[in-house]
This record gives sequence, structure tokens and C-alpha cells, in this order.
Amino acid sequence: MSDGKRLAVLGAGAVGSSVVDLAAEYGHEVVAFADSSAAVVDADGIDAAAALERKQTEGTVGDADPDAALAADYDVLVEATPTTLGDAEPGFSHLKTALERDRHVVLANKGPVAERYGDVRALERESAGNVRFEATVGGAIPIISTVEDLSPSHVTAARGVLNGTANFILSRMAAEGIDYEHVLAEAQDLGVAEADPTFDVEGTDAALKCVILANVLSAGEREFTLSDAEVEGITNVPGSALELAAEDGRTIRLVGEATRDGIRVGPRLIPQNAALAVTGTRNIAQLETTNAGQLNLSGRGAGGPETASAVLGDVGRLD
Amino acid sequence: MTPALGSDSETERADDAERSGRSRGDIDDADREPQPHTIRLELADEPGQLLAALEPISENGGNLLSIFHERGNVTPRGRIPVEVDVEATPDRFEAIVAALREGGLNVVQAGAEHYAEEVVVLLVGHLVDTDLSDTLRRVEGNPATSIADFSLNAPEGRNDTSSARLRIATRAGETTAALELVREIASEKDLHVVEPLAGGAL
Repeated sequence: MSDGKRLAVLGAGAVGSSVVDLAAEYGHEVVAFADSSAAVVDADGIDAAAALERKQTEGTVGDADPDAALAADYDVLVEATPTTLGDAEPGFSHLKTALERDRHVVLANKGPVAERYGDVRALERESAGNVRFEATVGGAIPIISTVEDLSPSHVTAARGVLNGTANFILSRMAAEGIDYEHVLAEAQDLGVAEADPTFDVEGTDAALKCVILANVLSAGEREFTLSDAEVEGITNVPGSALELAAEDGRTIRLVGEATRDGIRVGPRLIPQNAALAVTGTRNIAQLETTNAGQLNLSGRGAGGPETASAVLGDVGRLD
Repeated sequence: MTPALGSDSETERADDAERSGRSRGDIDDADREPQPHTIRLELADEPGQLLAALEPISENGGNLLSIFHERGNVTPRGRIPVEVDVEATPDRFEAIVAALREGGLNVVQAGAEHYAEEVVVLLVGHLVDTDLSDTLRRVEGNPATSIADFSLNAPEGRNDTSSARLRIATRAGETTAALELVREIASEKDLHVVEPLAGGAL
């Protein structure tokens, strides 16, 4: 175990807030915490409970300028602002600032490693800090650290069911024999799906995770971005297709596949009893390895505390 | 239309076309000579199935040599394997196999070609309006692929989105090419393909 670290947490959504809430349990101290409009900074450690309470009641975490968190004296920057496409901002600039100050960066935000992987690695090479991003793929499931342990050159492919919303919709459609629109409305009521579910149901989120995996697998030999991925979502899968699949002992899952050669995401036909046929919001990643055969890693792919556990696991791996 | 598959099958087709073109004026005796062929079928366990399998053979000028009907030996799909040895000229033999398939019989092996692998795909979209028969015919018309099973689910009627499941038998090593063929037909007809996982991963 490494020594306790001083964390600056950017982003006060489910993941950022859980990191702040759980940091002490993992032996770390939060010295700065920012949402999009305000920050709280204290070199002796912020009052996590007070900041989270204030976020709940007033909508902001504190009185300071958000930039103050980025400028604070921390060991590790936890980047948990929303994922954006294209230039991956402002997450990328946050990461850049921290690395230029020779700090470590732990990402929960997929943007920088999915859209600007080469830039991130270049900045990391110039810095004394390291970048880790376990939480960006599969929430609580240790996929990236497993690939690192095996060494990327010994993993020929990674595939998986990596989007809980799409998986929830498909498994409900199959189990209840109801159509896409109905299940989507139900998922939105339950809070499983966002008001705008496009990112999940059109496969973009799963594709970003596969892009990250492909970048890890290729170990710098080739850089992947979303534009390299062949993506199809689940919006075109009718109930009749799930019925036909079930007649044959199969089901449909939104499966992402990443190799050193490319990325494909789309609805795939798989046996109902296959490891990949996880139900509900459960995720699974399957690694094809050269010496260890197939490895299946399954667990909770989203959620505040679950994803925060991956962030704090990364913090623990830093020197 | 010959869908582009493996280069081998294209070459075979080209040779066939050349042969038949030439045989009109200058008959190549070796090609006209009747030869023995083995056809392996899988029949549903229903009365009349065996007769339905034998009729296309005599109707298309084949000479039936032997029938091996393995009643006690049911395939994993619950079918009864039947092996038929038949003597026919190459073009008559082709007509026999085509007639068997048109009659809805499951041809596992015809002559030297052996459908060793299977791939199941779903097609989703306006299947009926985009000429379902043509879709099936094109998969069936490819020398490396044969439809082993087909099922349609059209809950909204023929004018709305429907789904179909195709179990395609392919020659050894041809499943990737079979998937490419299905993708090509689907993209042309604006259908969606739900594919199996690559490489048999589960």
C-alpha cells in the first residue's frame, strides 16, 4: 500500500462526490473539490461531509473559484467532469495543467484517453506524474489493471458488455417481451437511463470504452479515437428480433470488441447461457490472452461508489 | 448475380460458365459423362419426407444408386440423416441439388462440397418489402453457403419492421465470407444484421 495522498477532485457528480465521500476510508485526504461553478480548498483537508451536504442543498460545493482546486497543492488530480467528445475539454486541460506541475492524474472522465490518447501519453512522458484511468472502462471492474498485469502484448482482444443502460433495455425487452420505447421510458423512470439516452443507446459510450481498451492493447503503436470505431446502437433492435433469438436459445447484447486492429460495437447474437449474456446493469469484459486463455471479469459497471472504488484503486497504485 | 465470396468459388463459377458455353457447339464428353455423387440430407421426422427427397432426383434425370436412411441416428437438431448415392452428369446433378433445396430439404453435403460450419444471424428491417425470397435466394445461390433453417417474425404485418433468423450452413472456413455476403445484401436493402460474435467467443 502506498502512503495517503492529497487529492484534488474535479467534478461533483455521482463519481466525484463518491470519491470525496470514500477517500478517507482508503487512507487519502481531499484537499480540493470543485464542481463547474465553485470549489472548496483546504490544505489541511476539506470537510467532506459539509461539502457534499452543501452540494445537495445549495447546488455548489463551496465559495472558491473552480480554478482554485486545479491550482491547489495536491498529489493526485481526480478528473471526474463529464466526458466530452472531440477535444475532450475541459478534462484534457485539467489533466495537462496537473501533469505540467508534475502531479499524478486519475481519470474517471473517458474523454482525454478516448479522444486524445497520444497527447495524454506525450504529456505524461514529459511529466513526473502518471496518468491512470481504470474507472473509465467498466466502473468497478479492474479491466485495465488486469491488461497491464498480463502485459498488453499478451492480450489479443478485449470484448464486453460495457454499457449498463443498453444492457438493461435489452434484457428487459427479452424478459418481458416489451418494445424498446416502453423499456426506455421505464429505465428513465428508474434513473437507469438519462433523459437523453443517445450516448448510451446509440453505442457511443460503449465505443469510447473500447477505444480506450484498443489504445491500451496497442501500447502506443497505433492511436485510436472514436472515428476509428464501427458503431451500431440498439435502437434498431425490435422485440421480434429478441423473440426469434430466444426461440433458438440465444439473446442479443450490445457487445464492444477491441483489438490492436480496430473497434466494433453493435448488437450481437449470443447464447443465453454464455458468460457475455449478463443481465440488467451488470457489465462484463472478456480478455483473450495468449498464455492464459479467456478471462472473464464481471461486476458493476457504473454507479458512484462502484466507480469511485476504481478511482481510489488507481490512487493506491501510484507511487 | 454472383456475390463476391472467395476467389476460389468465383473461379469455379467462371469455369462452369465457360464449359457450358462451349458445350453448346463442341460437346466435352468428359463433362457430359454421368458420375456418382453422394448427397447428404437431413430430413424432418415426418411421413413423406423421404419420398420428397427422392422425387427431384428422378425428375431431373439422376440414376439412384443407393439410399442409406439412418433412422436411429438423430442429429443434434432433431433431424434424420440420409445419404443418397446418385449417378448423374454434372449439370443434371446441379439441377438435382437445386431442386432439393427449392423443395425445402436440408442439403448438408452435395458431391464433394461439405457444409461443415454453421452461422446464425438475425436480419431486421423491412424484410418483406425488400424481397425476402431474393435475399434467401442469394444466400442459397452462393456455392459456399446454404440456408439450413429460416424463421420470420413479423408481428406488425408485412409493411412494418420484421425480424428473421437465418441459420446458414457454410463450407469449412467460410463463415466469415458468409457473414460478409449477408452484410452486403443487408446494406443494399437497408436491413440491420445482428451478427454472432467473431471467432466463436462466448
